[in-house]
Amino acid sequence: MSDATNLTAQIDINTIPALGKEQLLELAMGPQHPSTHGVFRMNVVLDGERVMKLKPVFGYLHRNHEKIAESETYLGSMPYTDRLDYICSITNNWAYAIAVEKLAGIEVPERAEYLRVITGELTRLQNHACLLGFLMQDMGASGTPLMYAFREREKIMDLFEGLTGARMMCNYLRFGGCRVDTPAGWMDAARKVVAEFPRFLDEYENLLVGNEILMDRTQEVGILSKELAINAGISGPMARASGVDYDIRKVDHYSIYDRFNFRIPLGERGDVYDRYMIRFLEMRESIKILEQAMRDIPDGPIVDPKTKIRGFRPKPGEAYGRIESPKGELGFYLVSDGALNPYRYRVRPPSLINLTVLEDLCIGQNVADVVVILGSIDIVLGEVDR
Amino acid sequence: MVGKGIIKGMVETARNFLGSYVSKQRLTTIQYPEERAPQIEAARNFPFLVFDGTDAEQGLRCVACQICEKECPPKCIFIEKSKDKKPDATGKMQFYPATFNIDISVCMSCQICVEVCPFDSIKMDVVYDLSNNDRFAGLLLHKQQLAKSNEYYNTIHPTEAAAVDAHFAEERAKAAARVKAAAEAKLAAEAKAATDAKAKSETTLADTQAQPVGGGTR
Repeated sequence: MSDATNLTAQIDINTIPALGKEQLLELAMGPQHPSTHGVFRMNVVLDGERVMKLKPVFGYLHRNHEKIAESETYLGSMPYTDRLDYICSITNNWAYAIAVEKLAGIEVPERAEYLRVITGELTRLQNHACLLGFLMQDMGASGTPLMYAFREREKIMDLFEGLTGARMMCNYLRFGGCRVDTPAGWMDAARKVVAEFPRFLDEYENLLVGNEILMDRTQEVGILSKELAINAGISGPMARASGVDYDIRKVDHYSIYDRFNFRIPLGERGDVYDRYMIRFLEMRESIKILEQAMRDIPDGPIVDPKTKIRGFRPKPGEAYGRIESPKGELGFYLVSDGALNPYRYRVRPPSLINLTVLEDLCIGQNVADVVVILGSIDIVLGEVDR
Repeated sequence: MVGKGIIKGMVETARNFLGSYVSKQRLTTIQYPEERAPQIEAARNFPFLVFDGTDAEQGLRCVACQICEKECPPKCIFIEKSKDKKPDATGKMQFYPATFNIDISVCMSCQICVEVCPFDSIKMDVVYDLSNNDRFAGLLLHKQQLAKSNEYYNTIHPTEAAAVDAHFAEERAKAAARVKAAAEAKLAAEAKAATDAKAKSETTLADTQAQPVGGGTR
């Protein structure tokens, strides 16, 4: 913590034109600042309103996730993955399930793959809706946009409750399939929610997209160049907003994504406005995928009958499973030594790696923009700190 | 025109505001303690133990196999096995849990105990007003609080409970068939033994007639 408190000492005095070093203000934003989406601290050095240096401090929500998983059975870690990125629990389950399935060589039945795509894309819708609401809240559009977004998220969470039993901590996927099949009437309810979702998107666009205040606050703010995005390993909507054409759904063709017709929206400038708009466009593409998946879903078993719930021991080896989670590339790396629990368990969290460029985005910006830039990165501290 | 976007946004807000007077669907808030959302059937909260019949102690399905205790990811279940046995639903003699505690301040409602239970005895409850003044003892549920009747289970998860009941009925029928078959086999064996004994006694009679000494002890 000593170097974090001595940020002013590290600044080269010659880079500050008008003021001396003693004029700089050191400020700790967080960990209880409401804009930090949890417990996250940014130690910023300010020259007036301008950010000269920024140091992120995290770990307040560290829960020893990886080490706990190494002492749990493979299935026992599944509910813990819900708690990584607690807004999109099903995509976390999915990445972990893919890693274990690669490790043990398990096949997934057709219907289960469709169910995974449907629940995964619903998760993407609710994550992006949430993000748009929170970003507006950070900009000072207090209340209304967030409530509109949460109203839509509520409908999706009700669907999840009807299917999995829990609204947030779904714990739905199993190795080789899903836990339960859809109850009667669930698919019709889901179709209704998906059919009504574009109306919310139109409404939200009317509400804010043409808004001059929003444009002033977001355009040309926090520009992430394409080169930096690639070099820093940025993934997900944030990389695509900078024009990096990289979506694991298209690159890996994991699960059954090669059967669906959808496009990957790309941004041009890589500023906060692009990152904001890319989520809108992604939601429209997700709705296309959902419509196709709900039309084509076949009947059949939902779990591979050969997989065991108890006493599951994959053969020794290693596997890395990754998916395009709503926030970026979410990967799980597992090493098995043939025992009941993994020998090594590692998470590649998209939020943490996208957060590494925060200082580059913030330097030279106003302090009020730091909040907006952080909001546009889309972090969940449960995943950053693990 | 500058400000066009803002006006458009305000119109949208006004439409939502005025619309809530016209359409009840737009009123999404539920006044919670007075008014409650309908219970969704698949919902789950914390585990409970199912018992058959009216006596919670006698009808408890749990046989204290301790699988759930081992598989529980946060290790919130504590079971102590009994020394003696009692008959279970199919009439087989089984152990029962002398102690069965679940610390619901640790439980994370993952449902893995339900999935691994081979006796359909632990299931997920849907109660949710569980706040308590005592954070340790108040949230540690004992066997007496956990045991709930099969009728209750049928009211909260009807589809799932019906499947479980059908499975149990099948098991009971099988057990009854086994008992009947055993009884029949016993009867047949007795009848056979009787005819054998009769035949034998005739032969032994013949033998005794042939051999005047001994044979009576057979």
